[in-house]
Amino acid sequence: MKVGIVTFPGSNCEGDAFYAVVDQLGEQAVMLWHKDHDLEGSDVIILPGGFAYGDYLRAGAIARFSPIMKEVAAHAAKGGIVLGICNGFQIACEAGLLPGALLRNDVGYRSMPVTIRVEHTNTAFTASSKVGQCLTMPIAHGEGRFAASDDVLDQLESDGQVLFRYVNAKGEPTVDANPNGAMRNIAGVCNASRNVIGLMPHPERAVDLLLGSEDGLVLFESLLVAAHA
Amino acid sequence: MTRFRVSVHIIPRRGLLDPQGKAVTDALHTLGFAAVGEVHVGRHLVIETGAKDAAAAESSVRTMCERLLANPVTEDFEIAGVVKE
Repeated sequence: MKVGIVTFPGSNCEGDAFYAVVDQLGEQAVMLWHKDHDLEGSDVIILPGGFAYGDYLRAGAIARFSPIMKEVAAHAAKGGIVLGICNGFQIACEAGLLPGALLRNDVGYRSMPVTIRVEHTNTAFTASSKVGQCLTMPIAHGEGRFAASDDVLDQLESDGQVLFRYVNAKGEPTVDANPNGAMRNIAGVCNASRNVIGLMPHPERAVDLLLGSEDGLVLFESLLVAAHA
Repeated sequence: MTRFRVSVHIIPRRGLLDPQGKAVTDALHTLGFAAVGEVHVGRHLVIETGAKDAAAAESSVRTMCERLLANPVTEDFEIAGVVKE
Protein backbone atom coordinates (compact mmCIF):
# COMPACT_ATOMS: atom_id res chain seq x y z
CA MET A 1 0.00 0.00 0.00
CA LYS A 2 1.25 3.46 -0.87
CA VAL A 3 -0.05 6.39 1.11
CA GLY A 4 0.29 9.95 -0.16
CA ILE A 5 0.47 12.51 2.62
CA VAL A 6 -0.37 16.02 1.46
CA THR A 7 1.53 18.86 3.07
CA PHE A 8 0.05 22.34 2.89
CA PRO A 9 1.81 25.45 4.16
CA GLY A 10 0.83 25.27 7.83
CA SER A 11 0.30 21.50 8.06
CA ASN A 12 1.95 20.08 11.18
CA CYS A 13 0.84 16.46 11.52
CA GLU A 14 2.28 15.12 8.27
CA GLY A 15 5.23 13.64 10.21
CA ASP A 16 2.90 11.83 12.62
CA ALA A 17 0.94 10.41 9.68
CA PHE A 18 4.21 9.28 8.07
CA TYR A 19 5.28 7.63 11.35
CA ALA A 20 1.96 5.78 11.62
CA VAL A 21 2.11 4.47 8.06
CA VAL A 22 5.83 3.74 7.63
CA ASP A 23 7.20 3.03 11.10
CA GLN A 24 4.18 1.39 12.68
CA LEU A 25 2.38 -0.16 9.73
CA GLY A 26 5.48 -0.91 7.64
CA GLU A 27 3.89 0.48 4.49
CA GLN A 28 5.09 2.96 1.90
CA ALA A 29 4.36 6.67 2.16
CA VAL A 30 5.19 9.61 -0.04
CA MET A 31 5.03 13.24 0.98
CA LEU A 32 3.08 15.32 -1.52
CA TRP A 33 3.40 19.12 -1.67
CA HIS A 34 0.21 21.10 -2.04
CA LYS A 35 1.44 22.53 -5.37
CA ASP A 36 2.01 19.09 -6.87
CA HIS A 37 -0.27 17.88 -9.66
CA ASP A 38 0.46 14.19 -9.24
CA LEU A 39 -0.46 11.76 -6.46
CA GLU A 40 2.49 9.54 -7.48
CA GLY A 41 0.41 6.41 -7.65
CA SER A 42 -0.87 6.63 -4.07
CA ASP A 43 -3.64 4.20 -3.10
CA VAL A 44 -4.66 6.26 -0.09
CA ILE A 45 -4.44 10.02 0.42
CA ILE A 46 -4.11 11.54 3.86
CA LEU A 47 -4.94 15.20 4.44
CA PRO A 48 -3.14 15.72 7.74
CA GLY A 49 -3.75 18.03 10.68
CA GLY A 50 -2.37 21.50 11.18
CA PHE A 51 -3.35 25.00 10.23
CA ALA A 52 -3.18 25.07 6.44
CA TYR A 53 -2.84 28.68 5.25
CA GLY A 54 -3.07 29.77 8.87
CA ASP A 55 -6.76 28.84 8.89
CA TYR A 56 -7.31 32.26 7.28
CA LEU A 57 -10.91 33.06 6.39
CA ARG A 58 -12.12 29.67 7.75
CA ALA A 59 -10.24 26.49 8.53
CA GLY A 60 -9.68 24.69 5.23
CA ALA A 61 -11.29 27.38 3.10
CA ILE A 62 -8.12 28.39 1.23
CA ALA A 63 -6.40 24.99 1.27
CA ARG A 64 -9.19 23.47 -0.79
CA PHE A 65 -8.02 25.57 -3.73
CA SER A 66 -4.47 24.19 -3.61
CA PRO A 67 -3.48 22.66 -6.96
CA ILE A 68 -3.25 19.13 -5.55
CA MET A 69 -6.84 19.21 -4.31
CA LYS A 70 -8.00 18.78 -7.94
CA GLU A 71 -6.12 15.50 -8.06
CA VAL A 72 -7.40 14.51 -4.62
CA ALA A 73 -11.00 15.19 -5.73
CA ALA A 74 -10.43 13.14 -8.91
CA HIS A 75 -8.96 10.30 -6.81
CA ALA A 76 -12.03 10.40 -4.54
CA ALA A 77 -14.40 10.50 -7.53
CA LYS A 78 -12.80 7.29 -8.82
CA GLY A 79 -13.44 5.62 -5.47
CA GLY A 80 -9.93 6.17 -4.12
CA ILE A 81 -9.56 6.38 -0.37
CA VAL A 82 -9.11 9.85 1.15
CA LEU A 83 -8.63 10.33 4.87
CA GLY A 84 -8.92 13.78 6.43
CA ILE A 85 -7.66 14.16 9.97
CA CYS A 86 -8.46 17.29 11.99
CA ASN A 87 -7.49 20.16 9.65
CA GLY A 88 -7.67 17.59 6.84
CA PHE A 89 -11.31 16.92 7.83
CA GLN A 90 -11.99 20.65 7.70
CA ILE A 91 -10.37 20.87 4.25
CA ALA A 92 -12.38 17.88 2.97
CA CYS A 93 -15.62 19.50 4.18
CA GLU A 94 -14.73 22.84 2.60
CA ALA A 95 -13.88 21.03 -0.64
CA GLY A 96 -17.30 19.39 -0.63
CA LEU A 97 -15.76 15.92 -0.37
CA LEU A 98 -17.55 15.42 2.95
CA PRO A 99 -20.89 16.74 4.21
CA GLY A 100 -21.28 19.35 6.94
CA ALA A 101 -18.91 21.93 8.36
CA LEU A 102 -16.65 22.34 11.37
CA LEU A 103 -17.36 25.37 13.51
CA ARG A 104 -15.58 27.02 16.39
CA ASN A 105 -15.76 24.84 19.50
CA ASP A 106 -18.37 25.78 22.06
CA VAL A 107 -15.62 26.15 24.69
CA GLY A 108 -12.53 27.31 22.79
CA TYR A 109 -9.41 25.37 21.91
CA ARG A 110 -9.21 21.83 23.35
CA SER A 111 -6.10 19.65 23.54
CA MET A 112 -6.86 16.45 25.44
CA PRO A 113 -7.46 12.73 25.08
CA VAL A 114 -11.00 11.77 24.09
CA THR A 115 -12.82 8.50 23.62
CA ILE A 116 -14.65 7.85 20.38
CA ARG A 117 -16.96 4.97 19.54
CA VAL A 118 -16.89 3.21 16.17
CA GLU A 119 -20.41 3.33 14.71
CA HIS A 120 -19.91 1.50 11.42
CA THR A 121 -17.18 -0.80 10.13
CA ASN A 122 -18.04 -0.81 6.42
CA THR A 123 -15.40 1.71 5.39
CA ALA A 124 -11.73 1.46 4.52
CA PHE A 125 -10.76 3.15 7.77
CA THR A 126 -12.94 1.15 10.17
CA ALA A 127 -13.01 -2.33 8.59
CA SER A 128 -10.70 -3.90 11.19
CA SER A 129 -12.48 -2.36 14.16
CA LYS A 130 -15.73 -3.50 15.77
CA VAL A 131 -19.03 -1.67 15.99
CA GLY A 132 -19.19 -0.12 19.45
CA GLN A 133 -15.42 -0.35 19.96
CA CYS A 134 -14.17 2.58 22.03
CA LEU A 135 -10.86 4.16 21.06
CA THR A 136 -8.87 6.73 23.01
CA MET A 137 -6.83 9.29 21.12
CA PRO A 138 -6.01 12.98 21.36
CA ILE A 139 -7.84 15.95 19.97
CA ALA A 140 -6.17 19.33 19.46
CA HIS A 141 -8.42 21.83 17.74
CA GLY A 142 -10.35 25.06 18.11
CA GLU A 143 -12.78 24.47 15.26
CA GLY A 144 -14.10 20.96 15.47
CA ARG A 145 -17.77 21.36 16.23
CA PHE A 146 -19.41 19.30 13.51
CA ALA A 147 -22.53 20.98 12.17
CA ALA A 148 -25.03 20.33 9.43
CA SER A 149 -28.75 20.93 8.93
CA ASP A 150 -31.13 18.52 10.68
CA ASP A 151 -32.07 17.03 7.31
CA VAL A 152 -28.44 16.31 6.48
CA LEU A 153 -27.79 14.89 9.97
CA ASP A 154 -30.81 12.59 9.70
CA GLN A 155 -29.67 11.41 6.31
CA LEU A 156 -26.11 10.79 7.58
CA GLU A 157 -27.53 8.73 10.42
CA SER A 158 -29.86 6.68 8.24
CA ASP A 159 -27.17 6.05 5.62
CA GLY A 160 -24.65 4.99 8.24
CA GLN A 161 -22.26 7.83 7.47
CA VAL A 162 -21.62 8.81 11.09
CA LEU A 163 -18.51 6.72 11.75
CA PHE A 164 -17.33 8.01 15.12
CA ARG A 165 -19.03 9.62 18.11
CA TYR A 166 -17.53 11.15 21.25
CA VAL A 167 -18.46 8.97 24.22
CA ASN A 168 -17.79 8.70 27.94
CA ALA A 169 -15.97 5.85 29.71
CA LYS A 170 -19.14 3.75 29.48
CA GLY A 171 -19.34 4.25 25.73
CA GLU A 172 -22.30 6.63 25.93
CA PRO A 173 -22.49 9.77 23.76
CA THR A 174 -23.24 12.21 26.59
CA VAL A 175 -22.98 16.01 26.65
CA ASP A 176 -20.03 15.75 29.06
CA ALA A 177 -18.18 13.45 26.69
CA ASN A 178 -18.52 15.95 23.84
CA PRO A 179 -15.35 18.09 23.79
CA ASN A 180 -16.45 20.71 21.27
CA GLY A 181 -20.24 20.86 21.09
CA ALA A 182 -20.42 18.73 17.93
CA MET A 183 -23.99 18.04 16.87
CA ARG A 184 -25.06 14.55 17.96
CA ASN A 185 -21.52 14.04 19.38
CA ILE A 186 -20.22 13.44 15.85
CA ALA A 187 -16.43 13.03 15.72
CA GLY A 188 -16.12 11.61 12.21
CA VAL A 189 -18.14 10.94 9.06
CA CYS A 190 -17.75 9.47 5.60
CA ASN A 191 -19.20 10.46 2.24
CA ALA A 192 -22.11 8.64 0.61
CA SER A 193 -19.82 6.29 -1.32
CA ARG A 194 -17.85 5.61 1.90
CA ASN A 195 -14.37 6.17 0.44
CA VAL A 196 -13.77 9.65 1.89
CA ILE A 197 -13.47 9.65 5.67
CA GLY A 198 -12.89 12.57 8.04
CA LEU A 199 -12.48 12.84 11.79
CA MET A 200 -11.35 15.48 14.25
CA PRO A 201 -9.39 13.26 16.69
CA HIS A 202 -5.86 12.19 15.82
CA PRO A 203 -5.49 8.41 15.33
CA GLU A 204 -1.99 8.98 13.90
CA ARG A 205 -0.92 10.33 17.30
CA ALA A 206 -2.20 7.18 19.01
CA VAL A 207 -0.16 4.44 17.35
CA ASP A 208 2.47 3.83 20.01
CA LEU A 209 2.13 3.23 23.75
CA LEU A 210 4.98 5.68 24.19
CA LEU A 211 2.50 8.33 23.04
CA GLY A 212 -0.14 7.21 25.52
CA SER A 213 -2.34 5.09 23.28
CA GLU A 214 -2.12 2.74 20.33
CA ASP A 215 -5.87 2.68 19.76
CA GLY A 216 -5.38 4.43 16.42
CA LEU A 217 -3.56 1.44 14.96
CA VAL A 218 -6.71 -0.56 14.30
CA LEU A 219 -7.90 2.23 12.00
CA PHE A 220 -4.67 2.30 10.01
CA GLU A 221 -4.69 -1.50 9.84
CA SER A 222 -8.13 -1.20 8.25
CA LEU A 223 -6.53 0.70 5.38
CA LEU A 224 -4.31 -2.30 4.71
CA VAL A 225 -7.29 -4.63 4.48
CA ALA A 226 -8.97 -2.25 2.04
CA ALA A 227 -5.84 -1.72 -0.05
CA HIS A 228 -5.33 -5.46 -0.49
CA ALA A 229 -9.02 -6.24 -1.07
CA MET B 1 -14.33 49.77 -15.85
CA THR B 2 -14.87 51.70 -12.62
CA ARG B 3 -13.31 50.87 -9.25
CA PHE B 4 -15.66 50.04 -6.37
CA ARG B 5 -15.23 49.17 -2.70
CA VAL B 6 -17.75 46.53 -1.74
CA SER B 7 -18.33 45.78 1.95
CA VAL B 8 -19.76 42.48 2.99
CA HIS B 9 -20.87 41.12 6.36
CA ILE B 10 -20.53 37.39 6.97
CA ILE B 11 -22.42 36.17 10.00
CA PRO B 12 -23.06 32.78 11.61
CA ARG B 13 -26.39 31.38 10.48
CA ARG B 14 -29.17 32.03 12.98
CA GLY B 15 -29.96 29.08 15.17
CA LEU B 16 -26.41 27.74 15.15
CA LEU B 17 -24.56 28.12 18.43
CA ASP B 18 -22.22 31.12 18.15
CA PRO B 19 -19.86 30.82 21.14
CA GLN B 20 -18.13 34.14 20.40
CA GLY B 21 -21.44 35.95 20.16
CA LYS B 22 -22.64 34.28 23.36
CA ALA B 23 -19.49 35.31 25.26
CA VAL B 24 -19.87 38.91 24.08
CA THR B 25 -23.58 38.90 24.99
CA ASP B 26 -22.74 37.70 28.51
CA ALA B 27 -20.03 40.36 28.89
CA LEU B 28 -22.42 43.11 27.78
CA HIS B 29 -25.03 41.91 30.27
CA THR B 30 -22.35 41.96 33.00
CA LEU B 31 -21.62 45.58 32.06
CA GLY B 32 -25.25 46.42 32.62
CA PHE B 33 -26.53 46.50 29.05
CA ALA B 34 -29.57 44.50 30.05
CA ALA B 35 -31.45 45.41 26.88
CA VAL B 36 -28.99 43.52 24.70
CA GLY B 37 -30.54 40.44 23.10
CA GLU B 38 -28.33 38.29 20.91
CA VAL B 39 -24.92 39.31 19.58
CA HIS B 40 -23.42 37.63 16.55
CA VAL B 41 -19.72 37.83 15.78
CA GLY B 42 -18.85 37.47 12.13
CA ARG B 43 -16.42 38.92 9.61
CA HIS B 44 -16.42 42.16 7.69
CA LEU B 45 -14.60 42.20 4.37
CA VAL B 46 -13.89 45.16 2.13
CA ILE B 47 -13.23 44.14 -1.45
CA GLU B 48 -11.82 46.54 -4.00
CA THR B 49 -12.83 45.49 -7.45
CA GLY B 50 -13.38 46.84 -10.95
CA ALA B 51 -16.83 46.57 -12.51
CA LYS B 52 -18.88 48.30 -15.18
CA ASP B 53 -21.33 49.59 -12.59
CA ALA B 54 -22.34 49.20 -8.94
CA ALA B 55 -24.80 46.41 -9.68
CA ALA B 56 -22.12 44.39 -11.45
CA ALA B 57 -19.69 44.94 -8.57
CA GLU B 58 -22.28 43.71 -6.08
CA SER B 59 -23.19 40.73 -8.21
CA SER B 60 -19.54 39.76 -8.52
CA VAL B 61 -19.02 39.94 -4.73
CA ARG B 62 -22.15 37.83 -4.20
CA THR B 63 -20.59 35.13 -6.35
CA MET B 64 -17.32 35.43 -4.36
CA CYS B 65 -19.30 34.92 -1.15
CA GLU B 66 -21.05 31.87 -2.52
CA ARG B 67 -17.82 30.31 -3.78
CA LEU B 68 -15.30 31.21 -1.09
CA LEU B 69 -15.97 33.96 1.42
CA ALA B 70 -18.94 32.40 3.25
CA ASN B 71 -19.54 28.77 4.12
CA PRO B 72 -22.91 27.88 2.60
CA VAL B 73 -23.55 25.32 5.37
CA THR B 74 -23.11 27.60 8.36
CA GLU B 75 -22.91 31.25 7.37
CA ASP B 76 -25.04 33.96 5.80
CA PHE B 77 -23.77 37.08 4.11
CA GLU B 78 -25.14 40.48 3.30
CA ILE B 79 -23.70 43.18 1.10
CA ALA B 80 -23.27 46.15 3.43
CA GLY B 81 -22.31 48.76 0.87
CA VAL B 82 -21.02 49.46 -2.62
CA VAL B 83 -18.99 52.66 -2.91
CA LYS B 84 -17.42 54.10 -6.04
CA GLU B 85 -13.74 54.87 -5.40
